[in-house]
Amino acid sequence: MSQFLQSIFSGVTVGATYALVALGFSIIYNASGVINFAQGEFIMLGGMIAAFLVAAGAPLALAVVAAVAAVAAIGVIVAKIAIAPARGADVTTLIIITIGVSMVLRGAVEATMGKGGHALPPFSGDKPIALAGATMLPQSVWVVATTLALVAGLALFFERTRLGKGILATAHNRLAAQLVGVDTRRVLTVSFCLSAALGAIGGVLIAPIANTSYDAGVMLGLKGFVAAAIGGLGSGVGAVAGGLALGLLESLTAGYLSSAYKDAAAFVIVLVILLVRPSGMFGASISSRV
Amino acid sequence: MTVASPRTPPLSSRAAAWASARAPTFAFAAALIVLPSILPNAYYFDVAIRVAINATLAIALNLLIGYTGQISLGHAAFFGLGAYGSAILVGEFGWPPGAALVVSAALVGALAYVVARVILRLEGHYLAMATLGLGVIASIALTNEVGLTGGPDGMSVPDFSILGLRVAGEKAWYWIFAAALVAAIVLAGNLVDSPAGRALRALHGSQTAARSVGVDASAFKTRVFVLSATAAAIMGSLYAHYEGFVTPGLAAFPKSVQLVTMVVVGGMASIWGSVLGAALLSLAPELLARFEGYETLAFGAILVATMIFLPRGIAPSLSARLRRKES
Repeated sequence: MSQFLQSIFSGVTVGATYALVALGFSIIYNASGVINFAQGEFIMLGGMIAAFLVAAGAPLALAVVAAVAAVAAIGVIVAKIAIAPARGADVTTLIIITIGVSMVLRGAVEATMGKGGHALPPFSGDKPIALAGATMLPQSVWVVATTLALVAGLALFFERTRLGKGILATAHNRLAAQLVGVDTRRVLTVSFCLSAALGAIGGVLIAPIANTSYDAGVMLGLKGFVAAAIGGLGSGVGAVAGGLALGLLESLTAGYLSSAYKDAAAFVIVLVILLVRPSGMFGASISSRV
Repeated sequence: MTVASPRTPPLSSRAAAWASARAPTFAFAAALIVLPSILPNAYYFDVAIRVAINATLAIALNLLIGYTGQISLGHAAFFGLGAYGSAILVGEFGWPPGAALVVSAALVGALAYVVARVILRLEGHYLAMATLGLGVIASIALTNEVGLTGGPDGMSVPDFSILGLRVAGEKAWYWIFAAALVAAIVLAGNLVDSPAGRALRALHGSQTAARSVGVDASAFKTRVFVLSATAAAIMGSLYAHYEGFVTPGLAAFPKSVQLVTMVVVGGMASIWGSVLGAALLSLAPELLARFEGYETLAFGAILVATMIFLPRGIAPSLSARLRRKES
C-alpha cells in the first residue's frame, strides 16, 4: 500500500510538469495550428537559466523569476522571427521550423553552458514529508500547488480577459476573429510568450527533483505532446488530465512492471487512445472541409 | 488509304519524349559512374555512400509525405528494424545475408502493413504523434532487449556475401548504394507518373475529393506506407553490413527527424529535391565540423532560414523561380 501511495505521489508530481508542457502545446496549437516541437526546450531553458543564475550567486527567488521572464522573452522572439514569417506554410514545413528552433535553443545552451548536468536547490528544504506511510518531497508540493494555481489563473485569463477571449476566438475561426477586430498576429506572439513562460515554470519547478541538462527538453517535450494528444489537442482540461494520467501511468509502470519500459508506456497508451478516440479524450471530433 | 490515328504520336517522337523525360536520370547515373575516379580516398567514398543511403531513404519517405501527404515521424524505426533483422539473422543464426535481407524486408513490410491499416485512419498531427510513438517504442525495445540486440552498446554484423562473393571495402559498397539510389529514382519516377501516382497526388490535394472520384484512399495510403517502409528496411540491412555495426540510434527519433528534414528541405513531392536535401543534410555536419560546439546551433538556424525563405523546399522553389524568369 505504501509503495502504491509512493508511486501515486511521484506520478502526480511528474504528471503536473507534463500538464504544464501539454498546456503550452495546446495554447500554441489553438492560436496558430502549429505543434511546437520546441516546447520541451522552454522547460530545459527555464531550469538551465535558473541554475546558471544561482551558480553565479543570485538568490534563488530572483533566479527563478528572472529565468521565467527570460524564457518568456525568448518565446516572443521565436514567434516573431521564426513562426510569423512562415504563416500560411504547410503544416509539415511549420513542424520542421519548430524542430529547427529547438536545435537552435539546445545548441545555444550546449555551446554556452556545456553538456554537463545542472541542479537547482529545492525551494523549501529537502526534508521528506511523511504521509500515510509514504514520503513526499517538499518540492513536490511546490510543483503540484503551482500547477493548480497556474491552471486556475489560465482559466480566468481565457474566460475573463479581452486578450484571452481573443485567443479563443482566433482558435475557433481566425478570419471571423480578424473581422471583429482581434489582432491575430498579437495572439500568436502572446500565445508563444505564455507557453514559453509555462514551460519555464515547469522547468524551474522540476529542476530540484530531476537534474537538468542541455538535452533534457527533448523527452519532456515529447511527453508533453503525448499528454496533449491523450487529452485532445487544444483542450485545456484535456492537457491537465492527460498530463496527470501520463505521470501516474509512468510511475506505476516503473513501480510494478519495468522501469526500463517506463518511457515506452507513454507512447503505447497514446496509440491505444488515438485508436479508440482519434481526437483524444477531450478533443472535439474533427471533420475536414474540402 | 490508311490514316494514322491522330492521338498516337509516331514511335520516334514517343521515344524522344521518353528519352527527354529520362535525361536527368541518365545524366545523374553517368555522374555516379564517373564520381569514383575523382574521389581521392576511402573517407570521400564513405561520405558519398552516406549521401546515397540517405537519398534513397528520403525518396522512399517522400513518396509517403510528399505524394500522399501522410507524415511519418517514426520512419527510422523501419530502417533500424531492417538493420537489426540482418544483424540478428546473420550474426546470431548464421543465415546467408541475402536471405536475411529478404526475410527482414518482408517482416518489416508485414509490420508496416498492420501499422498502416491501424494508424492511417488518423490525420495531421495525430498521425505525426502515432508514428512518432511507434518509432520511440521500437528504439526503446531495441535498447532494452539486451539478449537479442546487445542493448545500448549495439552488436556487430558480419560482412555481406552472396553466392560466395564477399562485398567488402568502401569502393565495392559504393557501387551497390549508387545502384540502389538510381533504382529508387527510376522506380519512384515511374510510380509518380503512373495512374497510381496521379491518385496519390489527388490524395494529397484532398482526401475527400479524391475519394469522391473513385480513388480508394485507404488502400493507396497503405500500399505507399508498406512500400516506403520496406525500402527503408532494405537500406537498413545493406547499411548494417556496410557499417559492420548496429546501434539503437539507427531507429531513434533524431534519425526519423533527420529523414523528414531531408524531404522537406529538398522539397516535398520532388524526387530530385529528396536527393538534394539528403546531400545537403548529410554533408552539413562535415561542413559545420569546424564550428566546433556550435554545430547544432548553426544547423538549426540554417534549417529555420531555409524553411522561411523557401517554404516549399529548395528544388520546387528554385524551379518555380526559374520558370517565372523564362516566361
